[in-house]
Amino acid sequence: MSDLKFSKDHEWVAMDGDVATIGITDHAQQALGDVVFVELPELGRVVAAGEACAVVESVKAASDVYAPISGRVVEVNSALGDNPGSINSDPAGAGWFFKLELSAPAELAELMDDAGYHRFVEESA
Amino acid sequence: MADSAESLLETPLGALHRELGGRMVPFAGYAMPVQYPLGILGEHLHCRAAAGLFDVSHMGQAELVGENAAAALEALTPADVAGLKPMRQRYALLTTEAGGIFDDFMVANFGNRLFLVVNASRKHDDFARIEAALPAGVKLNRLPDRALLALQGPGAAAAIAPLAPALVAMKFMDVAEVTIAGVPCFVSRSGYTGEDGYEISVPAEQAESLARALLALPGVAPVGLGARDSLRLEAGLCLYGNDIDETTSPVEAALTWSIGKRRRMEWNFPGAERVREDLANGTQRLRVGIRPEGRQPARGHTPVHVPGGAAIGEITSGGFGPSLGGPMAMGYVARAHATDDTPLELMVRGKPLAARVAAMPFVANRYAR
Repeated sequence: MSDLKFSKDHEWVAMDGDVATIGITDHAQQALGDVVFVELPELGRVVAAGEACAVVESVKAASDVYAPISGRVVEVNSALGDNPGSINSDPAGAGWFFKLELSAPAELAELMDDAGYHRFVEESA
Repeated sequence: MADSAESLLETPLGALHRELGGRMVPFAGYAMPVQYPLGILGEHLHCRAAAGLFDVSHMGQAELVGENAAAALEALTPADVAGLKPMRQRYALLTTEAGGIFDDFMVANFGNRLFLVVNASRKHDDFARIEAALPAGVKLNRLPDRALLALQGPGAAAAIAPLAPALVAMKFMDVAEVTIAGVPCFVSRSGYTGEDGYEISVPAEQAESLARALLALPGVAPVGLGARDSLRLEAGLCLYGNDIDETTSPVEAALTWSIGKRRRMEWNFPGAERVREDLANGTQRLRVGIRPEGRQPARGHTPVHVPGGAAIGEITSGGFGPSLGGPMAMGYVARAHATDDTPLELMVRGKPLAARVAAMPFVANRYAR
């Protein structure tokens, strides 16, 4: 998945046309621990890059998930309601959060590539 | 509070925690493992199914010696200390003059001395308060050179029996001086999980070898602070600083049971007037268990409302109960809304979440009574 882009808030972005699928990284799910509940954004909500738009609850704490880029929510992963644990077991696959139709595709250039994200994680450790 | 890595204190098991893959976090000035590689959920369930080993060496340990030690302690607590039988332990509160809770702690009668275990975040204040109140002939010996381990779970007694057969005959809240794997220990059959188990006070220099001996027993896994919190909340036990503090009275906190019967006739403890008033007329608010509907947890400081109406309280501890299989919380609500099954609304991030007052513990205790 070398075409994934990453935010400093530990979200990943996968592009398909002008629709971005967004989830949290393996590093993020490890730091959060076992996820027990997810609050997803409403369909149609317009979000700006950096805006909190989902909440992930682990046994221990609640954490915000931010929109890494601006856009409109066109789909959410409702399967997470019954199986939030897939965020831990398959964060870059079945554990995706929501899809955005991009309003400012130029923002993608602000995100990190795979190598850049790994450097970022190591430097902030 | 210390929170930079340089200024954090280490327990005698710091190196062992790191070797076991513990994720270290600041807690009450100490670097403590919040979890090991198994994770909070797995550690929690393991403790309820088999046995978990916890490092609680950050807690304060001390002994009170002198002929009138029990009477001296009763000047600071509403518990019946004088009536505590030899080799028995009791849960107690230190109260303030205004009737708030200064700390909660365990006191054990070892015959020739009282042994105290107090909260890590309060130990310096507690010991200073106790020392300041002691009459001539009674002395508080702080025991900073002792570690404290907790072995908790339905498999704890069977696991530790080969190392110290004497532990098996103990009942819940018994204490004993026992040699375990060659190490002389002060042991109580108690804990903070709702499970059967032991808390073991051990000389610091022998703590790691004892911890390794316990971890080598069948079914014993290390458990961190994360699961310690979810286990105690399922058991309905208070966390000082969250659920009780200097602003909560023992009666509001539903801890009246920790006040000795004799003490309720003598009324000679700090804050007795407030407690007496609370018992006679009832309190404005009460600590209750709360179960949100669905799967969404409600955390500490979540406002509690009447459904569709006014604010009537606040959650003080809340999270997800791995053994309960759902969210759980405790908090304070107005007394008129404190009956089991009363519908409530929790305002989580501005949105109402349906909930009900629920009996605690959320998961049944399994003490060795």
